[in-house]
Amino acid sequence: MKRLIILGAGTAGTMMANHLRKEMDKNVWEIKIIDEREEHYYQPGFLFLPFDIYKPEDIVKPIHDFIPKGVQLIKGKIDKINAEENFVKMENSNIYHYDILIIATGTEIAPEETKGMNGDEWQKNVFDFYTFNGALALRNKLRDWKGGKLVVHITEMPIKCPVAPLEFAFLADSFFKLKNMREKVEITYVTPLSGAFTKPKATAALEHLLSEKNIKIESDFAIESVDNTNKKIIDYGGREISFDLLVTVPTNKGSEVIEKSGLGDELNYVPTNKATLQSKEHQNIFVIGDASNVPASKAGSVAHFEAEILTENILRFIENKPLKEEFDGHANCFIETGNGKALLIDFNYTHEPVEGTFPIPGIGPLSLLKESRMNHMGKLAFRWIYWNMLLKGTPIPMVSNNMQEAGKHFN
Amino acid sequence: MEKIIAGRAIEVNEEGYLKDFKQWSPEVAKEIAKEANLDLTPRHMQVIQYLQEQHKSESPLSIRKVGKSGVVDIKEFYELFPNGPLKTSTKVAGIPKPASCI
Repeated sequence: MKRLIILGAGTAGTMMANHLRKEMDKNVWEIKIIDEREEHYYQPGFLFLPFDIYKPEDIVKPIHDFIPKGVQLIKGKIDKINAEENFVKMENSNIYHYDILIIATGTEIAPEETKGMNGDEWQKNVFDFYTFNGALALRNKLRDWKGGKLVVHITEMPIKCPVAPLEFAFLADSFFKLKNMREKVEITYVTPLSGAFTKPKATAALEHLLSEKNIKIESDFAIESVDNTNKKIIDYGGREISFDLLVTVPTNKGSEVIEKSGLGDELNYVPTNKATLQSKEHQNIFVIGDASNVPASKAGSVAHFEAEILTENILRFIENKPLKEEFDGHANCFIETGNGKALLIDFNYTHEPVEGTFPIPGIGPLSLLKESRMNHMGKLAFRWIYWNMLLKGTPIPMVSNNMQEAGKHFN
Repeated sequence: MEKIIAGRAIEVNEEGYLKDFKQWSPEVAKEIAKEANLDLTPRHMQVIQYLQEQHKSESPLSIRKVGKSGVVDIKEFYELFPNGPLKTSTKVAGIPKPASCI
């Protein structure tokens, strides 16, 4: 029996398990998937949890519910990958050999990379919402918070779901308005980039949202430390921003397994061919989702589009056929703007988000780069699609793997 | 849009960043730097070369990453390119400023 191993049973790993078990000969290929966790989280839900829009039980299900029959789920912590000798070593010393390895180990927050972030105020007045526990702790804080300076902050790029901090600021504006306390809160969005928006079409279309929602922007802020005593963040250039409540996205790093295995860059992302998804250093290793260093966004939709192309390439690899250089960096993401509205963006490596209709050109029903209630309903409906279609590898009708130019308004 | 830089017609975006890296040259860099009140030294050029290599390998840039590069430390990076060092140095280097999906 030949062996294929998938490391990580998050969004990307689970999709690959489902795709590959369907396509690969059961009599020839044994498929294993390894993860130390029991829970599978619907991560887009972490944005809604702090505002009591979702409940915890809405966004967590057992990992094994989504692993298909014929794929062995191994629960355990990986120690490291020996890429030269083609095996994975577990912390309990078990060894699993592979003929093909798929790395889907994702990305994690690393607050310890910033001096003081993990300090006395962590989870008291300094929170993250990129983890289930972080989002829950923040929910508890926001339920009783009486107001003050709310600072929504990004440490450094790349982060997974780069729009989520902005969505958080938008939802916070609505949340406090609903509670009749918006005037008691000052919301400031702090970014290392040169603005809340960095692409020209998006800037023109959306900049008004910031002033409408009275969200202040502090840009080009490269955080050096968190001063827990005086409740302020300080950047390398000496700028200081004080806060009463800091919601930060810490540095995002790939899994430490990647570092231990000597397979990653300085942020533990695996160098990957951006069009084929094959590892740049090892022919029989492929990388999908947040764990790779491809210049696409770290987002679930990207992993979904990657999964179809990667499946095809695994099959080609097995048959010694040349790999398809087809992945175009396609991402498709909803952005909550508050008050029951959202917008949708659809883009790839070479095309920035522009206005238009999706998925049917001219008809929609979703509008690109424009706020609508339909888009917001789409975002909420997506949770059902995630649990019932996406994870199982069921194709989504009318949504192509590569970004479509039809229906979009380019100049 | 086109702008005359160092006597040549260079394609730039609304913020003055080069749209085509192939049009960059040290002379173009010197003029862009002068507009930002910077006099380019060989030291500036070493950092610029590092930034251009990151661009070629499509690696995202952050202040912390530049500081860990071994090419320059953060204090010196701010001294060489004051006021938003990433924004300024990338313009001089002829590469896009760090950006997000939107």
